[in-house]
Amino acid sequence: MSDLGSYSLLLGLALSGYAFAAGFIGVTRKGHSAEILGETARRAGIAVFGCVLVAATVLVVAALRNDFSIAYILHHSNVALSAPYKFAVLWSGQEGSLLFWSLLLGGYGLVLRLRHKVDAKLVAYASIVIAGVQMFFLALNNFAANPFGIVTGTIPPDGNGLNPLLQYAEMVIHPPMLYLGYVGMTVPFAFALAALIMKYPGEKWIHITRRWTMVTWAFLTCGIFLGAHWAYSVLGWGGYWGWDPVENASLMPWLTGTAFLHSVMMQEKRGMLKIWNMWLIFSTFLLSIFGTFLTRSGVVSSVHAFAQSSIGTWFVVFMAIVLATCLWFFLANRDHLRSENRLESLVSRESSFLFNNLILLVACFTVLWGTLFPVLSEWVEGTKVTVGAPFFNRVNIPVALLLLLLTAVGPLLSWRKTSTDSLRRNLLIPSLLSLGVGIAIVALGWIHPLQEQSQFYALMTIMLSVLVASTVVSEFYRGARVIAYQTGRNVLSSVYVLTRRNTRRYGGYIAHFAAIVVMIGFAGSAFNQDIEREVGNGDSISIGHYTITCKTYTQDDNANYSSVWAIMDIFRDGKQVGTLFPERRIYKASQQPSTMPAIRSTIAEDLYLVYTGNNPDNGRPIIRAHLNPLVSWIWTGASLLLFGTLLALIPSLATAKLPVRSAVRVLADSGQTVGAD
Amino acid sequence: MISHSKHVLQAFALALVCIAFFGATPSHSADTRFNDLGHKLMCKCGCNQILLECNHVGCAYSTRMRDELTASLSRGAGPGGSTPDSDELVLRSFVQQYGATVLAAPTTTGFNIVAWIVPFVVLVGGLSLITVVVRKWKYRIQTVGAQSATPEELATFRRRAREETEV
Repeated sequence: MSDLGSYSLLLGLALSGYAFAAGFIGVTRKGHSAEILGETARRAGIAVFGCVLVAATVLVVAALRNDFSIAYILHHSNVALSAPYKFAVLWSGQEGSLLFWSLLLGGYGLVLRLRHKVDAKLVAYASIVIAGVQMFFLALNNFAANPFGIVTGTIPPDGNGLNPLLQYAEMVIHPPMLYLGYVGMTVPFAFALAALIMKYPGEKWIHITRRWTMVTWAFLTCGIFLGAHWAYSVLGWGGYWGWDPVENASLMPWLTGTAFLHSVMMQEKRGMLKIWNMWLIFSTFLLSIFGTFLTRSGVVSSVHAFAQSSIGTWFVVFMAIVLATCLWFFLANRDHLRSENRLESLVSRESSFLFNNLILLVACFTVLWGTLFPVLSEWVEGTKVTVGAPFFNRVNIPVALLLLLLTAVGPLLSWRKTSTDSLRRNLLIPSLLSLGVGIAIVALGWIHPLQEQSQFYALMTIMLSVLVASTVVSEFYRGARVIAYQTGRNVLSSVYVLTRRNTRRYGGYIAHFAAIVVMIGFAGSAFNQDIEREVGNGDSISIGHYTITCKTYTQDDNANYSSVWAIMDIFRDGKQVGTLFPERRIYKASQQPSTMPAIRSTIAEDLYLVYTGNNPDNGRPIIRAHLNPLVSWIWTGASLLLFGTLLALIPSLATAKLPVRSAVRVLADSGQTVGAD
Repeated sequence: MISHSKHVLQAFALALVCIAFFGATPSHSADTRFNDLGHKLMCKCGCNQILLECNHVGCAYSTRMRDELTASLSRGAGPGGSTPDSDELVLRSFVQQYGATVLAAPTTTGFNIVAWIVPFVVLVGGLSLITVVVRKWKYRIQTVGAQSATPEELATFRRRAREETEV
């Protein structure tokens, strides 16, 4: 069975090589034969997906059938593992995850090639780029990290099991989402490089690229937040983001992708920042590959990293080739990327996008800098230093606050130039509201900004969030008022019509609103509390408004793991509000321990209990309780962010389709007169 | 008047950046020192976690390190003691015992200060660059002056205006 997988991968490599070479000849030569050759290249590209799909299916079937003759299955699965986790074996190890990468790339390539009629020539060029990337990953699958290696000697009756940390429902969704985001960045990259190579006339390619980028950005966003939620729900340290190098690796392309989604508007509307946008896409793709390199090369130590291997060299060479290719075509065709317009004022929508991009890129640079500084430090001084959460928080929180400020001001600026008076007029009420909320919070004693730096930042976050929220609401209100005036609808109905008329703009505002919901959730961490106690039957722990009483503790056992868990009654202000079951497991196949925190989540706070272990002397459980304010805001904000993104992807409704009341009736209803305004 | 407003806005923006970057002074009250310092140290068991966040089951290091931190903070702070050890002294004792990697962030001495300075330099450099470039472009546009447009150019301007104007 493994032979089928191996041969499929070899055939896939050969076909992607053909798609690359024949596609190249097809676009560089003229005539009917060149067209036919190009078509065969397109079909070969489609067939690549079939080959990789067969290989991936073979691996999953082998996991489901407990075929431990395949070394990868032996090392990442076991008999007692449930079926969904056996499916997840596909991406739980180095070789399988690289195969999964190839599979997703093949899938994206399939969609792109099937939709070639959108612009046959552009897609033909983009297909060559995708075939080139596919060749690299299939070469890895075949020669550097083959998932179909055979076990020599006696085949063990059971496998080593899946990493316990991966045995959680979200782990069946989180990696595919993240990979869909990483791999998906290949498509905008392919379009951008294709447009540069062929000196594509007009901005159609940027419209196509923007939609692909939004889709892949949404996957990446989803993957990042699912990862944060998984970390929070499984790792048991009470947090959701640890600034681990692998987490950072996913954040970097997300930041540059976000920058691109903003700056692309300047290219679409004003024909500006063409070079900037091109390099933003190139950087986003390169950072996606760099993230994969970080995870797999062992350059930096990480709790997420796969086993160290020589695979890092392959990635370095590939990144060098990609960078050289981008540079070569950029230098050759840079005249094609000349801006059609120039910035006219510092106080304009264009400038706000520029500053927004700068801040996002500074955040990205800071993350990259902090991730690689230990390597640099070791190289310069001979000693390695740790760059952990205190560094990233200290540097990135102010940057995020600046970004929030721009998020509030940017939408209020008009294209080309905004007068100071207009800006003052639009910002006055939101600023007063923000200031009022800040003063009220301090006056009520909820936050003490001068006592703790984290509380100071929390106050700033809340004030700026109010500023953003009020500008977003005012944008909706002003637009809806015009619609209501034009059509006679009520305000809510007008908001709906307004949003449908320009889904991209108002979807974007919802995404901005979502961002502040997430930021408020982050600000809640300034008020985290935790306590650790040994508890016997009837013993209690107090934290915040809560009293947690240990009812009893017990043990359990099944084929996959044995566990100890406690039954904890939760009281809030003396009234019982529920029962939680923190658990600690020992997985039998791997003999690895794992904690399963129990969480009571409300809009105001999360009560988070971890069964950290047992006192060796008396066997009583040791429970750590965390009280984490506003965490649920993060997950709510993430859902809103995806909603806003999806909304922005829906085509806008044509204005002409909307009913418009007669001008006479509108004027009569509103009591207004026609005048020059 | 407009120029005055602009300067006020610029001063406000600069103040905001400074406040945001330097923030409030961290508290040094006795009950928060353990928490502050515990979050500036890494657990050395290899879990790559902050000392007070290490939840490594059966960790041989974190309990001992926390006890050492408690002892360091109470050293000299008792009724008959002298001045308590400063935060810097406590952290230095951990570095001597566990090596430089016990600190969760680079120090602000020697080469390590580069880690802190570079992001700030990049931000300020970027902001300055954008400001200079925009001003330069703006100046060029002003010096070109107004010219009469042809009907074709007017049509192009109309199309562009339609594209750039939204509901």
